Amino acid sequence: MGMTESRPGFLGRLRSGDGIARAVVLLAAVLILLITAVILGELIVQSKLSRHEFGWRFLVTSTWDPVAGEFGALPFIYGTVVTSALALVMAVPLGVASAIFLAELAPRRLSDALTFLIELLAAVPSVLYGLLGIFVLVPILQDHLVPLLKSWLGFLPIFAGAFYGVSYFSAGVVLSVMVVPFIVSVSREVLLAVPREQREASLALGANRWQTTRRVVLHYAARGILGSIFLALARALGETMAVTMVIGNAPRISKSLLAPGYSIAAVIANEFTEATGELYLSALIELGLVLFAVTFVINGLARLLVIATVRKGGAPS
Amino acid sequence: MSFFEARKAAANVAMMIVTGAAALLTVGVLLFILGYLVWHGAHSLNWGFFTELPAPVGETGGGMANAIVGSGKALAFATLVGMPVGFLGGVYLSEYASSGAAFVLRYVTDLLNGVPSIVIGIVAYALVVKRMGHFSTMAGGIALGVMMIPIAVRSTEEYLHSVPRMLREGGLALGRPKWRVIATIVIPAALSGIISGVMLDLARVAGETAPLLFTALNNQYWSNGWSQPTATLPVMIFTYAISPYPDWHRQAWAAGFVLLMVVLVVNVVARLVLARKRHVVVG
Repeated sequence: MGMTESRPGFLGRLRSGDGIARAVVLLAAVLILLITAVILGELIVQSKLSRHEFGWRFLVTSTWDPVAGEFGALPFIYGTVVTSALALVMAVPLGVASAIFLAELAPRRLSDALTFLIELLAAVPSVLYGLLGIFVLVPILQDHLVPLLKSWLGFLPIFAGAFYGVSYFSAGVVLSVMVVPFIVSVSREVLLAVPREQREASLALGANRWQTTRRVVLHYAARGILGSIFLALARALGETMAVTMVIGNAPRISKSLLAPGYSIAAVIANEFTEATGELYLSALIELGLVLFAVTFVINGLARLLVIATVRKGGAPS
Repeated sequence: MSFFEARKAAANVAMMIVTGAAALLTVGVLLFILGYLVWHGAHSLNWGFFTELPAPVGETGGGMANAIVGSGKALAFATLVGMPVGFLGGVYLSEYASSGAAFVLRYVTDLLNGVPSIVIGIVAYALVVKRMGHFSTMAGGIALGVMMIPIAVRSTEEYLHSVPRMLREGGLALGRPKWRVIATIVIPAALSGIISGVMLDLARVAGETAPLLFTALNNQYWSNGWSQPTATLPVMIFTYAISPYPDWHRQAWAAGFVLLMVVLVVNVVARLVLARKRHVVVG
């Protein structure tokens, strides 16, 4: 891109080596598209047995009985959705507020230093979040936070029942910590891409810093921020290790967030190597297909939103 | 000051405080997490961790020497698989692709980046483990290698793109073919950025656990060659953390410390190199 090219004809290009070079890099590019297609294709092919056996019923029934050969994915879908929603409820306000502070209000040097730190948080492997979840978060929840929560809000069905440490709630808290860096880092970038003239015009009209941020900058960057939230959601939905370690691995649906549950990624991680029989394995792979499809759509939307905003900011308007 | 203006000013200050507190909380959580991992992990570490094999179930002591080597081997294989494809794909994006093709490839690359790692594990199992008939270092390496591709593509593209146009035009004006200009001028000019990108990429997959669970599996002993199952640090952390033995928990913390140190050191060094590079290119 960006290079001026004369066209010496096919033979000339071949002799100079340009044809070969172009073919090699094109091959790599095609390979990347192919790998993505193979991932999808393989999931579809390998889940055939389960898809034929159960059809759409797979998604809405909740019996998971490998011995009887009965597989319904609902408890896992429910757990994945509930934990991810919980994570967003906690992470979105925190992440977006942090991003606003870093992009709009903090001095640039402080902002850069803090962003550097927050992006390090995104580099911590998820299995370490699981480790902290088991040995640090769960005891804190058990001894302090959940008793407090129950004494205030225990009358709500979502906080009813006994708490054994591992639960939807614990998984949601771990996930929220894991996705905050994504929200902060992408939202900040989107906010910084808002053209200066937009801010200056608002300030010149007599609005103060916060009014400018709220009415002009946030309005302008809204789609991009939404994109960052979608990215975080996709990440939360697909997260495996940290969730597996604190969700409790119980294949049932509970109204209470304090009850143990299960997620799609967690059941695959736990049962895949122990799955005996073609149908069992095929059902687990169909769960993988569900996860793939959902994250694919959400990531696709997220990228479009971020691209749209950053592009708008990049072009002089 | 009118009541209305006072309210405006108050909202301004209030939001400054609220958003500042949010940023502070985020950073606070980060420092707590890193601090706890480092403090607790360093306490759990001893020399045997690096030199000994895991002790049999129920016995205390032992180490994770095989898992450290296993992680290294799986990452080396992953680099071999993912880097050529990612690097060349990045060169294509930056130097050859039309804007339409670039958009499609960039988009698909981002989507590949978003595929949950456990799903990559499933596909590697179906394509490699099932065909070979057994779990292996190679299968784990392939799964990690595929995960490396998207970031390798995007970082290569980014740093090639930042090479000034004048350098390319100078080379072309000398009558050299385009590919030689790219290979001898553009890529060397972007090299430190590309290498830093590769290091960040490696650091990211070094901690991946899910794609290894049913590809590399695990191993109590040394794994010879590339076609035996192998222990890796992330999988050992998982296995030991969910076990009921206190001594295994201690070793999980030790392994977590080692993994975290590798990831953090690579991240800090690579980001500093990149930050310096950005100044050079701009200034």
